[in-house]
Amino acid sequence: MAFEGLTERLQNAMKKLRGKGKVSEADLRATMREIRLALLEADVNFQVVREFVKTVEQRAKGAKVLEGLNPSQQIVKIVDEELTKTMGEAAVPLNKAPKIPTIIMMAGLQGAGKTTTVGKLALKLKNEQNARPLLIADDVYRPAAIEQLQTVGQQIDVPVFQLGTDVDPVEIAKRGLEQAKTNHNDYVIIDTAGRLQIDEKLMGELGNIKAAVHPNEILLVIDAMTGQNAVATAEGFDKVLDVTGVVLTKLDGDTRGGAALSIRAVTGKPIKFVGQGEKMADLDVFHPDRMASRILGM
Amino acid sequence: ANFRHVDESFFDDLEDMLIESDVGFEMSMKIADELRQEVKLQNAKKPKDVQNVIVEKMTEMYDQAGNGENSTIQMAEKGPTVILMVGVNGVGKTTTIGKMAKMYKDQGKKVILAAADTFRAGAIEQLNVWAQRDGVDIVKSAPKSDPSSVVFDAVKKARDENYDVLMVDTAGRLQNKVNLMNELSKMKKVLTREIPEAPHEVLLVLDATTGQNALTQAKTFKEATDVTGIVLTKLDGTARGGIVLAIRSELHLPVKYVGLGEKVTDLKPFDPNDFVYGLFKGLISE
Ligand SMILES: Nc1nc2c(ncn2[C@@H]2O[C@H](COP(=O)(O)OP(=O)(O)OP(=O)(O)O)[C@@H](O)[C@H]2O)c(=O)[nH]1
Ligand SMILES: Nc1nc2c(ncn2[C@@H]2O[C@H](COP(=O)(O)OP(=O)(O)OP(=O)(O)O)[C@@H](O)[C@H]2O)c(=O)[nH]1
Ligand SMILES: [K+]
Ligand SMILES: [Mg+2]
Ligand SMILES: [Mg+2]
Repeated sequence: MAFEGLTERLQNAMKKLRGKGKVSEADLRATMREIRLALLEADVNFQVVREFVKTVEQRAKGAKVLEGLNPSQQIVKIVDEELTKTMGEAAVPLNKAPKIPTIIMMAGLQGAGKTTTVGKLALKLKNEQNARPLLIADDVYRPAAIEQLQTVGQQIDVPVFQLGTDVDPVEIAKRGLEQAKTNHNDYVIIDTAGRLQIDEKLMGELGNIKAAVHPNEILLVIDAMTGQNAVATAEGFDKVLDVTGVVLTKLDGDTRGGAALSIRAVTGKPIKFVGQGEKMADLDVFHPDRMASRILGM
Repeated sequence: ANFRHVDESFFDDLEDMLIESDVGFEMSMKIADELRQEVKLQNAKKPKDVQNVIVEKMTEMYDQAGNGENSTIQMAEKGPTVILMVGVNGVGKTTTIGKMAKMYKDQGKKVILAAADTFRAGAIEQLNVWAQRDGVDIVKSAPKSDPSSVVFDAVKKARDENYDVLMVDTAGRLQNKVNLMNELSKMKKVLTREIPEAPHEVLLVLDATTGQNALTQAKTFKEATDVTGIVLTKLDGTARGGIVLAIRSELHLPVKYVGLGEKVTDLKPFDPNDFVYGLFKGLISE
């Protein structure tokens, strides 16, 4: 069951049509089925797929592509355009506070890549803006989460604020912010513990951290290998936090990354960065068009 | 979507539900077809009967796909049982070792952990916290040192000092990274060189939130390390881990344990019946 790209799929589906001239309703239906399949295999959420295919079908009918010369290529083009549109037309930059420090908070499920992304983002800001970030170790639950962030901090030569594991995360965030103000750090990046979006207590904690420090940017970190559940996760975090952006991690793998489309479609929030490896330099700005091609296997 | 009548729309809902559980399109269609036939065959009409038919048939399909393999942990007849944990980044390898080590310790076994993830920031400290919590021993070395040498030290110590169980933690790696997959094969060879039957288990840890990529993970890790079983983690969330059905059907790998949380007690032997029930939770009324 190797993944076929959408282009091949549509070409196969339409092979029979060559020389037939016009394409029938039934042919169109078969084509839409192939699109639906390709998106499902890429892990786009099935409800998102349903809506998406409807849009594409309408456009295809409207544009009368089926009467044209190369219907399969025209449909691929429509799909590609619609995908890119859904995922946002251009890269969206990081929010910035009018007065330093800009406060960035990470949130997401367990193991998504939050702590690693904190380090990557700090390095990026350092390299590109000569920034002086402060990292706040606000995960008091995962074993050795603080040591992990401290090691990351050492690797990129950025200070880490921590108060151990016996202090309330809301308090840690507040005190960390005070220190950043005293030391004139221009960015504060808060690492939080992984949690399930259905965990009311821990989601409440995130809400309280947000209320206490008013982040300029709340980044939802999501693993690119996530399947159908990406929608539930994104909706759950967005409902409590009203996130300002998304980071898609582990895109250096061979996943199609359909989660990107699902998240975008249900939250409308921009994907700002993509994680492309485990090293601190492996963070890139998100490009919607590249992601569209990847999902389609083109 | 609870149902009153078992009609075509019921089976449409069932297909959607399977797809929504990450079972995958092809596998979902295959299952739905078999269930359609089975329901007809058994002439089940009442919702309650249909539910029973579905859960029974699904469990049967799961068992059949298994080629009679062992769903328990293979223990060494003599000397240490060696368990190697592998998987992509962040799935729950280290945590699962923490949970399993405690389980063996509570059974009165002498347990040792090998901190062979020398790469990820804080990985050694993380395993060390688990070793302390569990009250078991650990072999570790400096960050960035050669993981195979940690494995060598650990297996030697486990054998020479009569440990019952050695659990090897490895760094997360994406299956398309050829060098890292080779490094893993090398670690496995070191174990076999010291103890010919080792590793007795190679457990692939899969995150239940993973979509279709889990199948590729299973294939590639199986090729590189002869995986003997799966641990399916994070089933306490809203994901159902349906991809293990396709993995089972294509690669015949049994799920041995499931992770149901972050606490040491949140580990349970896999129960196909519970799992199948979980997949159809929304469809099957109480
Ligand atoms: N290959 C790859 N690995 C990544 C990427 N981002 C993070 N990781 C790895 O994913 C694993 C989990 O990353 P963490 O940063 O610890 O994730 P987290 O969200 O902080 O995890 P918790 O704090 O336990 O919830 C680690 O092994 C990281 O090295 C990425 O972009 N590519
Ligand atoms: N909710 C939930 N979280 C889990 C489960 N198992 C592990 N976790 C969490 O997932 C995160 C990653 O777990 P680790 O054990 O560090 O994963 P890993 O595979 O060792 O990660 P790397 O070594 O970075 O590749 C941690 O926050 C764990 O607490 C589970 O069954 N349920
Ligand atoms: K994950
Ligand atoms: Mg973390
Ligand atoms: Mg680990």
